[in-house]
Formats: sequence, structure tokens, C-alpha cells
Amino acid sequence: MILDNFLWRAALAGVGVAVAAAPLGCFVVWRRMAYFGDATAHAAILGVALALSADLPVFLGALAVALAVAWTVSSLSGRNVAVDTLLGVLAHSALAVGLVAVSFLENVRIDLMAFLFGDILAVDQWDVLVIWGGAVAVAGLLAWRWSALLTATLNEDLAYASGIDPQREKLILTLTLALVVAVSIKVVGVLLIGAMLIVPPAAARVFSRTPEQMAFIAGAIGIVSALGGLAASWHLDTPTGPTIVTVAAALFGICTLAGPVIRASRRA
Amino acid sequence: MSLVEAQGVSVRIGDTPILSNVSLTIGRGEIVTIVGPNGSGKSTLLKTLLGAIAPSAGQIRRASRLRVGYVPQKLHIDPTLPLPVSRFLSLPVPVPKATALSALERTGVAGLIHRQVADLSGGQMQRVLLARALLNDPQLLVLDEATQGLDQAGSAAFYRLIEELRSELGCAVLMVSHELHVVMAASDRVICLNGHVCCEGAPEHVASAPEYRALFGTGTHGALALYRHEHDHSHDHGRKAAE
Repeated sequence: MILDNFLWRAALAGVGVAVAAAPLGCFVVWRRMAYFGDATAHAAILGVALALSADLPVFLGALAVALAVAWTVSSLSGRNVAVDTLLGVLAHSALAVGLVAVSFLENVRIDLMAFLFGDILAVDQWDVLVIWGGAVAVAGLLAWRWSALLTATLNEDLAYASGIDPQREKLILTLTLALVVAVSIKVVGVLLIGAMLIVPPAAARVFSRTPEQMAFIAGAIGIVSALGGLAASWHLDTPTGPTIVTVAAALFGICTLAGPVIRASRRA
Repeated sequence: MSLVEAQGVSVRIGDTPILSNVSLTIGRGEIVTIVGPNGSGKSTLLKTLLGAIAPSAGQIRRASRLRVGYVPQKLHIDPTLPLPVSRFLSLPVPVPKATALSALERTGVAGLIHRQVADLSGGQMQRVLLARALLNDPQLLVLDEATQGLDQAGSAAFYRLIEELRSELGCAVLMVSHELHVVMAASDRVICLNGHVCCEGAPEHVASAPEYRALFGTGTHGALALYRHEHDHSHDHGRKAAE
């Protein structure tokens, strides 16, 4: 079966992450939550350390800490706390504490680089299942709440007047963000999850006329980046996570340059 | 029965008291305007009436299954969000294109249906927002400083449109503004707010009330006449509620 081949597993894992990250990434871009995504992702390394020391699956530890951080930040925002500063404090201290905690784990030999930058070629069948389970959950949640999430993103008061509670929608984004972080660690690592969230939607913006188009095109760009990055890193013998992000960044550059040309030809 | 009724409502945000002991009612089909200086709690009062803010004391009663059309103060759309007007009108509830088009026709902007929301001018945006608010056949239209950024001719035209819509649809209108003269001319009843209800009544009554003059001076009084237009129909329901 194809899951026996490590390249197939890597490809499936990369595509799964792209499918989960693209629609959520659109909201991260529209709501200007880029730093929020980074903070949650960086903090997840602490969860990795805790999971390893407790002999639990890394996915669970990362999910728990990402959830805790994302929930703390989103419930504090809106009160009179400078969110930007708070995010900086939380993100970097969780990353630092996580790295320190990992160094205490004497009897566990782990490759720290694998968690910081991902190790997609090492994913096993179980990882692929967890990634796709997470991806389906994220895509399903976002599809279910899509209209309400969009309305709450436009204007909170408009949402209230339409019978939508924007706080609840924010909670859904928080939950999906934690899920995406947890499933992406093995693929791109905590330092580059932010890129998988932001870069494909930013590239897709140029070609999109509706929010739905933007989410689908971002998904396609994410999948091309994952597969292209995997192939490139195989041939060039480069680290896979950073290569995937490099391909995504190159696609962003091409889209941004091509955008004005395409729009001009549409008008003509 | 009234559409919305507030009784002795107080609101605090954090430790700061914003509203104290505010009571008001909005009856069917009347145009009520809330005026008040900056920081007087106008927007907070609207949000409390809509249910976005819970009062710390007092009670809000809304008619059951009240359909509200809300026009926000300003809609900032991030330029990274691609959103045509047609899609915007279908948020959160999808509407048929014919319904969307007729709402846009009513507010005079049917030609904008395929435009991107982020590309609209301030005046176009307000009319699109108003069209969206009309989609669910509202019993109550709520407008929060809806003419911010429009010039005087533009906002006078906007308020005339509101009055036309009220006569056409029979909906009540609750609005907040600081453009006293323009707004007051289009209102049945004016509530002057400064943390509490200073005075309320017909526009002419409020404009000459000492509480109102203490807040705004007498300078705006003359301007009231400038935008006053002839009514070709009466608004007895509104006046009665005021008296």
C-alpha cells in the first residue's frame, strides 16, 4: 500500500497541511492575525517538550499548549491589554522555556531541528492519519461556520445585529489555529507554520474576486508548494520544511508580479 | 406594543460608567434620533439595545422575533479580502440576486452590484450598507452615525432617503448622529443623551430646551430651518409617543 512508501507518506502529509492551513490562513490574513498565528506556533514547542517528558504523543502536547496560548491571547484581547506586547511576551517566552525544557530531557534523544523546521520525510502512517484527521476537522469547522466567520470578520456589531456572536466565531478560529499548529509541526516545524498560513493566501489574493475563490486558490498554491518543495528538497538534498516555504514564497513573488498583467488583460 | 423598550438601563465598561438610568421606547414606524456630544454613550446605547453589550442594571425588552436592519458607523474592509457587493449582501444569509438587486435599486446603487466593496466611496458604501439592512424586511432600522465622512448635501440626501424608506416600508428608524441640524429635521422624536437622557421630544422642542442648549449652544438652532422640508404626510404616531 502507498503508505508503506516514505515519499508517498511525505506527499500526503504535505498536502494535508496545505488543505488545513489555506482556508484558516485566509482568515489570519483578513483579520490581521499573522502575529497571533506565529505566537501560537512558537509556543507549541513547549507542548512538544512536555509531551516527550510525559511520554505522550507530541501531537497531543502541542495541541494542548497551542490551545491554551491561543485561548489566553484571544480572551485577553479586547480588554485593555496591549495585545501586541502580550503576544510577544507569550510567544518568545514559551519558545524559550520549551527549548530549555527539551534540554532537560536527558533520557530522550530528540532532534530539536526536526521540531523547529519539520521532518516531513520521517512521518509514519500514524502521523499521516493524524494530519488528515486534523485537516478534515479544520476544513469542516471552517466550512460549517464560513458565513458567520466572514460576517464577524467584517464587523462585530454587524454580526451581533445578524444574530451571530463574534466571540464564538473567534473561539472557532482559535480552536482551528491550535489544530493546524499541532498537525503542521512534523511537516514544516513550529518556526515555519506561520509561513504556511500566510504565504499561500497572500499569493492567492491577486487572482481572487470572492472570499471562497481565495480560499480554494490558496489551497491549490499550498498543495503545489508542498509537492514542489518535497521534490526540490529530494533532488537538491535540502531541508524539506524550509524548501516547501521557499517554493511558496517563490509562487507568491510570481503571482504578485503577474497580478497586474492578468488584471489588465481581464479588463481589455 | 413598542418594538424596543429600555427601562432604567445602566452600562459600565470596565470601571467606567457610560450610561446611567436610561429609559426609552421605540414605537412602530417612528424615526427617533439620539444626539449627544462625543463620549456621551450614543454608540454604547445602540449596542446595548441591539444586545451586543449587556446592561449592568435595568432591562431591555425587544418585541419577539424583531427584525433589525443595522447600518454600522463605518465598515473597514481589509484590502486583502476580496468581496463583491453581491456576495456582501448574502452575508450571513444567502439572498436571491433579484432581492439583492431590488434592495440596491431602492437605495439608488443597483449599478454597483459587481463592484468590490473595498473600492466603494464613502457615500456608495453607506448606500450599500443601507441596502443590506433592508434585505430582511426590517421592522427597525438602526443607523450609527451613518453619514460620517459625507458632505452636508450628501448626508441631507441620505436622511431624505431614510424618510422615504420609512414611509414606503413602515419600519421604525433609530439613529445616532452628531450632525444635529440635518438629522433633527428628519426625525419625529429626538433624544438628547449625555450619559443620561437630558431631554427628549419633538425636534423643535429639544432644540429650544435649556439642557440641549447647554450641551450644544444656540448656534445650531438656526440651521434646523435650513434643511427642514415640507411634509406631504403626517407622522402622528411619532408625535404621540413624544408627548
